Amino acid sequence: MKKRLITAACLAFLFAHQSKAQNDSISSNYKKQKLKIEEINFITSYYTQDGNNSAVTGGEGTEKLTDIATNFEVILSKKDKRNNVHTIDLNVGIDSYSSASSDKIDPSTVTSASYQDIRIYPSANYSYENEEKKTVYNAGVSFSAEYDYFSIGANVGFAKTSKDNNREFSVKGMAFFDTWKVILPIELRNNPSDNDARHNDSKPRNSYNLGLALSQVINKNFQIALLADIGYQEGLLATKFNRVYFEDLSVRSEKLPNTRFKIPIGIRGNYFLNDKIVLRTFYRYYYDNWNINSHTFSFEPSYKLTEFSSLSIPYRFYQQSQAKYFDAKNQHELTNEYYTSDYDLSKFSSNMIGLGYHVVDSNKGIFNIKRIHSFDIRYGYYTRTDGLDSHIITLALQFK
Amino acid sequence: MKKTFIAFLSLVAFCSCSSVKEYQKSKINDAEMALTAKKTEKFENTFQLYREASSGANGGKTGGGCGCN
Repeated sequence: MKKRLITAACLAFLFAHQSKAQNDSISSNYKKQKLKIEEINFITSYYTQDGNNSAVTGGEGTEKLTDIATNFEVILSKKDKRNNVHTIDLNVGIDSYSSASSDKIDPSTVTSASYQDIRIYPSANYSYENEEKKTVYNAGVSFSAEYDYFSIGANVGFAKTSKDNNREFSVKGMAFFDTWKVILPIELRNNPSDNDARHNDSKPRNSYNLGLALSQVINKNFQIALLADIGYQEGLLATKFNRVYFEDLSVRSEKLPNTRFKIPIGIRGNYFLNDKIVLRTFYRYYYDNWNINSHTFSFEPSYKLTEFSSLSIPYRFYQQSQAKYFDAKNQHELTNEYYTSDYDLSKFSSNMIGLGYHVVDSNKGIFNIKRIHSFDIRYGYYTRTDGLDSHIITLALQFK
Repeated sequence: MKKTFIAFLSLVAFCSCSSVKEYQKSKINDAEMALTAKKTEKFENTFQLYREASSGANGGKTGGGCGCN
């Protein structure tokens, strides 16, 4: 027994000594790291849509719209002396759109307030990863500005990974504090149809969101994630330049409740079928207290052309019930408390199909430019049962 | 659709999760296997958020901005 105690004491002393020596060595070998650029992402897209159910003109009229969106992201990181990773994500996006329906807010002008607009939305996020504890803390701020709308957002999050790196739980809280500059249809500017807002008033819209995610590696080829987002909105939720025509042909500005509670839950499952094919699947069920129920299902098989490139065919199906406040043009009753003829809140289903190409090459680079790490291009065609259809093409470049 | 979802959840529940070692994760770590939306889906998610009444649980934007056009 005595021998055992002496041996244990000697081992403990040696271990403690060696451990101290290692720590001393780490501190003396540690060189202060500077922030380095991990990656730069550039994404741009062109979107065009057309339909005949514009909300601005009461549910009938052109919905023609084009949008050019660009996003530029820089990710910087550094390791501290304890090997914890600090990451800063800086992002700026610019949308430039033209909307034929917005031109009908005031048809007497050549171009009204929202006919053409630019939206700028910068954001900054910081994350701190403790590799030993396998935890990540993050926080960020975001802004969005356009002619009649301004938004400030903030978020905080936490993620914990299991010891074997096969499971991760994350939680994220987000809040957006938005301000509308109210624009009414021209004929209602001197005679508003309700007391919600007058023309040129500033009105708030706040959104709060709690996102939960649990991901799990099932086996060498299969992993899933369970996702939930609980959302609550308050403030001016109606778009006041949308017209609503009643059964007596009178016109009012859209009116909707000042609160909305949303519960979407989703599951994502990705499966590596064989050496060449990856199947990406997603399903979401959504419910809100405006009586909208929806189902979203997407399926994207991806075929590896070579070790570095792949071709994918994304498909998405979506179906929703109508909000209890929706009705078509000239169908609303005068006694209705809330009313809208916005077909985005009507009952419909939609299909989207596309084609994507991805290539990555960290050795030679893309197009023989070594800095370009990956190149993606993706096209999507979207069609809705109420006649709206759209095309979107997106290009993404990653620099390292 | 609900039945399909329940069937899928049951399938997942009955799938035994095996502890996968780091050296066995060459496929799990493939970029196509990421459990998030692809970067090229960013703007698709945005227009779907505006053109449809639902949002959230897809890693996309869930609030902020008017989406009124």
